[in-house]
Amino acid sequence: MSANTAVADKYRNNFLKEIEEQVEMGDWVKMCMQCGVCSGSCPTNFQSAWEHPPQELFMMIRAGKREEVLTSTSMWNCTSCYNCIVRCPRKIPITHIMHGIAEYAHRIGKAPKMQATRFFSVLFWKNCTNTGRVNELKLSLGLYFKDGFVQGVKNGLAMQSVAIGLIKAGRLNPLELFGGHKCKDQKGIQAMLAKAYEIERVRKAAKMAG
Amino acid sequence: MATKEYAFYPGCSSQKGASASNYLTSVESMCKTLDVKLTEIPDWNCCGASIGYAEAGELPRHVLNARNFALSEQHMPGKEIVATCAACWLGARETRERLTHSETLMADTREALKESGLEINEMPNIRHMVEVLIEDLGFDEMKKHVVRPLEGVKIAGYVGCQTNRPFGVDGESFENPLYLDKMVEMVGAEPIPDYEQKVTCCGGALAFSEPEKAQAQIKDIVESAYDHGAEMIVTPCPLCQANVEIYQGQVNKRYGTKFDIPVMYYSQLMVVAYGGDAKAAGLNGQVIKARRLEEIAAKPVKR
Amino acid sequence: MADIKVAAYICKGCGLGERLDADALVKVAQKDGKVPMAKSHDFLCNADGVAMIKNDIANEGVTHVMIGACSRRAKTEAFHFPENAVARANLREGVVWIRPDTDEARETTQEMAEDYIRMGCAEVKAMTAPEGNPNTGGSKTLLVVGGGITGMTTAIEASKTGYSVVLVEKSGVLGGWAGKLYKRVPVHEPYKSPADTGVADLASQILADGNIKLYLNATIAKTDGSPGKFVVSIATESGATHTEDIGAIVQATGFTPYDMNKLPELGGGKSANVVDQAGLEALAIDAASKDGVIRRPSDGQPVKSVVFVQCAGQRDPTGKHLSFCSGHCCNTSIKQAMYFKDANPDVDTTIIYSDLRTPGNGEDFYRSAQEKGVIFTKGNVAEVVPTGNTSTVKFNDLILGDADASIVDADLVVLATGQVPNSGVNIEAPAVAAEAGAVEVKPISILNLNYRQGPDVPHLKQGFTDSHFICFPYETRRTGIYTAGPVRRPMDIPQAREDATGAALKAIQALENAELGRAAHPRSGDLSFPKVRLEGCTQCKRCTVECPFGAIDEDVKGFPLFNESRCRRCGTCMGACPVRVISFENYSVNTVGAQIKAVDIPDEFSEKPRILILACENDAYPALDMAGMNRIEYSAYVRTIPVRCLGSVNTIWITDALNAGYDGVMMMGCKSGDEYQCHFVKGSELGRVRLSKIDDTLKTLNLESERVRDLEVAITDIQRLPEMINKYAAELVAVGPSPFKGF
Repeated sequence: MSANTAVADKYRNNFLKEIEEQVEMGDWVKMCMQCGVCSGSCPTNFQSAWEHPPQELFMMIRAGKREEVLTSTSMWNCTSCYNCIVRCPRKIPITHIMHGIAEYAHRIGKAPKMQATRFFSVLFWKNCTNTGRVNELKLSLGLYFKDGFVQGVKNGLAMQSVAIGLIKAGRLNPLELFGGHKCKDQKGIQAMLAKAYEIERVRKAAKMAG
Repeated sequence: MATKEYAFYPGCSSQKGASASNYLTSVESMCKTLDVKLTEIPDWNCCGASIGYAEAGELPRHVLNARNFALSEQHMPGKEIVATCAACWLGARETRERLTHSETLMADTREALKESGLEINEMPNIRHMVEVLIEDLGFDEMKKHVVRPLEGVKIAGYVGCQTNRPFGVDGESFENPLYLDKMVEMVGAEPIPDYEQKVTCCGGALAFSEPEKAQAQIKDIVESAYDHGAEMIVTPCPLCQANVEIYQGQVNKRYGTKFDIPVMYYSQLMVVAYGGDAKAAGLNGQVIKARRLEEIAAKPVKR
Repeated sequence: MADIKVAAYICKGCGLGERLDADALVKVAQKDGKVPMAKSHDFLCNADGVAMIKNDIANEGVTHVMIGACSRRAKTEAFHFPENAVARANLREGVVWIRPDTDEARETTQEMAEDYIRMGCAEVKAMTAPEGNPNTGGSKTLLVVGGGITGMTTAIEASKTGYSVVLVEKSGVLGGWAGKLYKRVPVHEPYKSPADTGVADLASQILADGNIKLYLNATIAKTDGSPGKFVVSIATESGATHTEDIGAIVQATGFTPYDMNKLPELGGGKSANVVDQAGLEALAIDAASKDGVIRRPSDGQPVKSVVFVQCAGQRDPTGKHLSFCSGHCCNTSIKQAMYFKDANPDVDTTIIYSDLRTPGNGEDFYRSAQEKGVIFTKGNVAEVVPTGNTSTVKFNDLILGDADASIVDADLVVLATGQVPNSGVNIEAPAVAAEAGAVEVKPISILNLNYRQGPDVPHLKQGFTDSHFICFPYETRRTGIYTAGPVRRPMDIPQAREDATGAALKAIQALENAELGRAAHPRSGDLSFPKVRLEGCTQCKRCTVECPFGAIDEDVKGFPLFNESRCRRCGTCMGACPVRVISFENYSVNTVGAQIKAVDIPDEFSEKPRILILACENDAYPALDMAGMNRIEYSAYVRTIPVRCLGSVNTIWITDALNAGYDGVMMMGCKSGDEYQCHFVKGSELGRVRLSKIDDTLKTLNLESERVRDLEVAITDIQRLPEMINKYAAELVAVGPSPFKGF
């Protein structure tokens, strides 16, 4: 286990505290009243492979189930539909917490390695921050080839009809592979983001130490 | 002199050759008719979208949006920012709310922005194009320009998620927003107010990463439109449009359905109703061709 | 009987004149009703119409007034003639509004109206104007039993209203359970932290109030009399007895916490570190007097982790413990968890609940506790195992689906046990055979009522005192005696304070009514009272046993002894009396019997059946009126007579009706049983018991059982009632006409 994935001393036996301080909007977790409206409102709750609805994740956090929570695929199922947020009677920003827990699990290396949405999420962010704008073709190809070249070709073939439809409609440009849309001040964007990461890292570390 | 002027944030999907390029085509044509002037924010960048969360963190995400605010302020001080994409609007608006409510976050954002030589002094208003249409122009004004009503066309108004939640359009309910139905009515077509899938999620980014989950939702959305006798679906969101339209073939394979229903943007309906031709309405950008609209767009205009 | 002069007035307003032949109705009153003076008027309830009636009373010697107009529930102020006997024939809500305005229906509608005129004339002649109960008492002093929050509030509220109060408290101090709290759940904005109990303030108000006479260390030795003239003996610690004249009584005797020793599986009684909520309050008070740190009872070490077990011995489906929710305990545990968190945020506090119920503004308080870091876990606690100085709490985690969840090393476990009412002797409990070796300690009477039916107010369920939950929450089944606070139902302090205020006002109302010889609710202001013709009485005791309000005692010979100011005028005694010697001036076996006989019964070939409806005036009759207001049609063959209560229905009415050739009888009364809605609590139940024996009567008469129908009716049955009537009318057609017609 890398030093990163070990529990900080401060959070030993206090997973809730860890979530409150390290996860975006994590200090809302304690406010859940377990009504279950979020679970009933989540579009992916009604599909297979859904381990824990938000309400249950919150309860697991309070019960100190650190390993189960951080390695869970559940929060990666979020489609960002925000239904849970608008329906929560406690006005808990559940969508953001789901993203936040996922981000934290990813940050400390606990998130499931080949979870598809995790992979896509990282890919998307890298894609859009690389030039400042999304390159849809590279984004799609990146995802198809996540499990290696052979699988990538298969995935690509499976999606071939979709892609051809888009190309015919002028909504997918094969030439994007060789450049495509980009911001002019890419340097400035990179510097700005690097600074933002640095500030955020310092703040979180201070909390962990504090 | 245009009646209304805004700083425009088109977003990645609206760019030439991208998935919502036809949306932009129709918006431009619609704005011309309505005398709305959109000035693109120079060198705007991606909003980060909700799906970028794994790497984005909190501050970098807001900084990304704040850069657009700063650019808008620099080039068009005092102008409201208008986005056509639901995700752009939501991402920018969320950043606006957070920065407004947290001095720390605001200070940190300013510090990071300095690295690209930018600064924010005033927080801009972030508007979605439908807000501009409904609130700044109004249904009466929109209706005035209708010269080719889409008579007899039954259209399911699919609002989806991100223009509706968590912020939504002012005065609308999260569970049953009606503005899209009113817009359908405004262009002379027939709305389906009790279309029960109007705010169901299309699966968002999961359409890429976990298609089986998203496609189950897409199936419900399309099926219900058919059940209500809709000839087409209309939406205000590029991702909704793409997901619901382009995967119908895959859904058919998975579920044995025979879906083939066009999915339009509100702006496309308006352009046709305003007398624009198929090209101006971006109808050539449909993967599933909107034959009925093409026919109407080919008819002469009653003036 | 003094000379009577009857006058009948037929109104032609509200469309009556267009729909009915008013002249014919006047003739019916004269000919069949045998009323010498009968008139019609275009608008009887207006000033001119009322003046006409008043003039006839003043100048023409009219003593009895029959008004054929709207329902007796309408225009009560206009048609208020307190010196006269008044009957109302309901031609509007009861006839024209429930009938179609068609040529076809005109004949049956007119027949209906004519019958109501006949009935009204017959009724009014059998009535006399009520004189009021002469046996009144004028004591205006309120007795409050119990010096807790409820009792103190009642005393202060009554005193502020200008009434003198005698306050009796069993212990040596005021405050009750609230006096033993460290702090209370907040009742003011922002509802975030525990607040001062306010007990000291209330107690000092009592002590400073010259209107309140306080007895500490005292109990009620005996309560004699009736509202307005109770005589109460108060026994004090010294052995002395004091006698007080009392107008009305509020019993605020509160509750006792459920005994946690009955919960050994939850560690109750097994370790000093397992306490109930009262025990935790004591620890908190003790801590506050020292360094503010709540300590483990076993060894005095500071508590680092505490677990609250909700619903301990409550909401128990097995029947072993309390079946109900005491309502306050969730908020109380939240408050107690804050005792720890406010002193030291590092103390682990977990509340294990199955359903968190936070009445009042408790939702804000709950949220505040979450903000303070109190952990709420949804689960059912199976076992608390104390070992050494800590305990393990084993529970079924209902969210995580973990049946073997546990919290180890809890320094302190607090059991949220419930409220057991201090309601005295259950006078209606079946006598338990003493030799069965029952271990239950027999409760000690609180009021020691010198009533034929027993020494305390009757209970409903779980030992809580019986009161009409929906309409009259403070009323017990003993007139002039009110219960308030947790003796009535489980509750928290704000609810008890509200209860106390309500009960104080009701008690004041009762003693004022008693002085005027009037009834208390629900026939508030009624001046009639039961009169008994003792020479006909057979001392059968049905009336003294059945009276839902314990109003009737027995004299040494076993004759009924009416305490009129205890009476609610329901007429249950009248319905019960087999020899029919009990009556009211304006409501008697005769007033109803005469109406039944006055109806014109068409012969069996006319195909016009007649159905008698005896409708409870509190629910069924208003529902029928409202059906009329909504113009919901029903059969023209029914003739409706309002009764005070199903309990007042004497079976002779049914026998008379069937003998007279009615084809069927519908009884409409309120819901009875534990979930009763009867305004007289037991009236409809007793009435139904009596009716259940009607089958024998029907057999004797060789009639089908369908001829009598018992209906449970609520005031909201506005749509349903007409449907039921029409259905019954159709059923009777199938049964065929009564064989008694034409005799």
